[in-house]
Amino acid sequence: MSQTTSKSERPVVRRGDRIFAGISTGAGILILVILAGVAVFLTIQGIPGIAAAPDEVKSGTSFARFVGPLVFGTLYAALVALIIALPLAIAVALFISHYAPRRVAQVLGYLIDLLAAVPSVVYGLWGREVLAGQLVPAYRWLDENLGFLPFFAGPFSATGRTFFTAGVVLAVMILPIITAITREIFLQTPRLHEEAALALGATRWEMIRMTVLPYARSGIVGGAMLGLGRALGETMAVAMVLSASGVVTFNLISSTNPSTIPANIALQFKESSGLTINALIASGLVLFIITFAVNFAARWVVNRRREFSGAN
Amino acid sequence: MSVDTSPRTTGPSGLGDGPSLKQPSLPRRTGTFTAVAAVLLALGFRALGFGWVPAVFLAWLVVVIVVPLWSTSVEGSRKAIDRLVTILVTSAFALAMVPLAQIMYTVVSNGASVMGIDFFTFSMRNVIGEGGGIYHAIWGTLLITLATTVMSVPIGVFTAIYLVEYGANNRLSGWIRFLVDVMTGIPSIVAGLFAYALFVVFFGPGVRMGFAGAVALAVLMIPVVVRSVEEMLKLVPNELREASYALGVPKWRTIVKVVLPTALAGIVTGVTLAIARVIGETAPLLITVGVSDSVNFNIFDGRMATLPVFAFNSIQSPGFPPGPSIDRAWGAALVLMIIVMLLNLVARLVSYVFSPKGER
Repeated sequence: MSQTTSKSERPVVRRGDRIFAGISTGAGILILVILAGVAVFLTIQGIPGIAAAPDEVKSGTSFARFVGPLVFGTLYAALVALIIALPLAIAVALFISHYAPRRVAQVLGYLIDLLAAVPSVVYGLWGREVLAGQLVPAYRWLDENLGFLPFFAGPFSATGRTFFTAGVVLAVMILPIITAITREIFLQTPRLHEEAALALGATRWEMIRMTVLPYARSGIVGGAMLGLGRALGETMAVAMVLSASGVVTFNLISSTNPSTIPANIALQFKESSGLTINALIASGLVLFIITFAVNFAARWVVNRRREFSGAN
Repeated sequence: MSVDTSPRTTGPSGLGDGPSLKQPSLPRRTGTFTAVAAVLLALGFRALGFGWVPAVFLAWLVVVIVVPLWSTSVEGSRKAIDRLVTILVTSAFALAMVPLAQIMYTVVSNGASVMGIDFFTFSMRNVIGEGGGIYHAIWGTLLITLATTVMSVPIGVFTAIYLVEYGANNRLSGWIRFLVDVMTGIPSIVAGLFAYALFVVFFGPGVRMGFAGAVALAVLMIPVVVRSVEEMLKLVPNELREASYALGVPKWRTIVKVVLPTALAGIVTGVTLAIARVIGETAPLLITVGVSDSVNFNIFDGRMATLPVFAFNSIQSPGFPPGPSIDRAWGAALVLMIIVMLLNLVARLVSYVFSPKGER
């Protein structure tokens, strides 16, 4: 795009051009520096926390024992959220891309985007004050009828502030991002494939199953991983909904719950000092590494797809 | 809600005489009819004494079972599956709208009770129990968001300029593009910890200041700005650049005088949406800026109150009696929601009004 200046004769490089190019390149490199800075400063401040003796930090255990249950809680919450959100998000994306009348589809897309605009603290408030109470009858039912499963072992929480509630709030929060990515990719399905399927007499669902879904498979995977990354790092939903005790359990409906790394940091940071803060920063570093890996993989999958679709 | 089978799938109809080639199918308005029936069923179950949630669920269950069975008997199983999927997909969308509607409703109904002049003109200094307001938090949010924007927009815009105008497709720009995408996924709390870890180096442990919060938010905002501005710059037609070069205008003046003004509406939209995204962030501010009951106009010194942290703190440690504090949390949430929705609206309006005509 920028190679429009002719190369046959030496272009005059003006000082303004050089300065402007320098500033632009500098800004681009600055972003890489910031990203590296995040990793470097978290490491510098985190290492003392990792190395701290058990009696020097508030948790009273070694770093591995402190962060282990939190990693479990983080992964488990994100997984619960993803299991709820993924099928819903794919269905919503399909609805907007292939089912809704074209004229209203854009407005419906805005509505879903609005869901992404709601501040996380509002989600937390809603989950804690409204949703939790409404889910209690469901927890009672699950406890009574499916109590033999480890997930619903109970005793069910009377306040409804359970791991499952937090998972539902997280699911609502990651729904718009998964929907946005998958919708985008559903819309990129080559028109000719779709029309060929319809011309052969396929119903709308058969057309989608034969052309749209296979084409979008890697996009769905990428979108799901992006949603997973978002769920892993989301703080407020878990911090406000759960009264976490940091146990390791698969029980979704009881009032003793695992905590997650971000929620634990948000709740503990204010009252911590000294090496405890370093330990919290180190747990943040662990979170950063996990989410970075997930996002890296997700973007790789999505971008690889983009190169393909550009040819169509 | 339309379940109409498109004409293409009903087979060739009305070709010639003889036996009809048209396959049997459900009435044309089955989709609308299904939706109406579902609503009536839900109301019926409600009248029978079920709660709203079970009533709607039962009505949905009836529709999901009856329509495909009916369709199977008339049109065969393929069409029946198609109808079933249509119902499922449509109801998934309806289900996704439930939280949005409920959040809007509860925030407005709970937050409206504390709205009033006092709520916007008083801080929380020396307030116990009822009364008090979010004056200090509004100022904190405004100042910190302003500082964030001042930092993020130049970096974001210049990076986008580099990606589109200078980087073309070289390796550095490829990496920047990719890592900016990855950066959008950085958890907000990690950005907060980064800012804290950075400022501790200069100011010692326990540092709390508005500027640290702004740095944390900038880490979250820059990638959003880069991505949206990049998209907008790519939309600027190359002919405009070439026309400018042909007149002998240097590249940097072409960018400043031709490319940026052309993309201005899009850039403003992107920046507004980015502000809307970071203005509601709670976790990084909780770590870097802390909590305060008083007004603080100096972002380089001491704790500040911000709307999201105020809402979080009011609900998390409400004091006694908890009632008024929880009400204030809802009030702050309502104000925050209004700000975010207004920003979204402004963004859409800008892009609608100022975008080149005919391209919308």
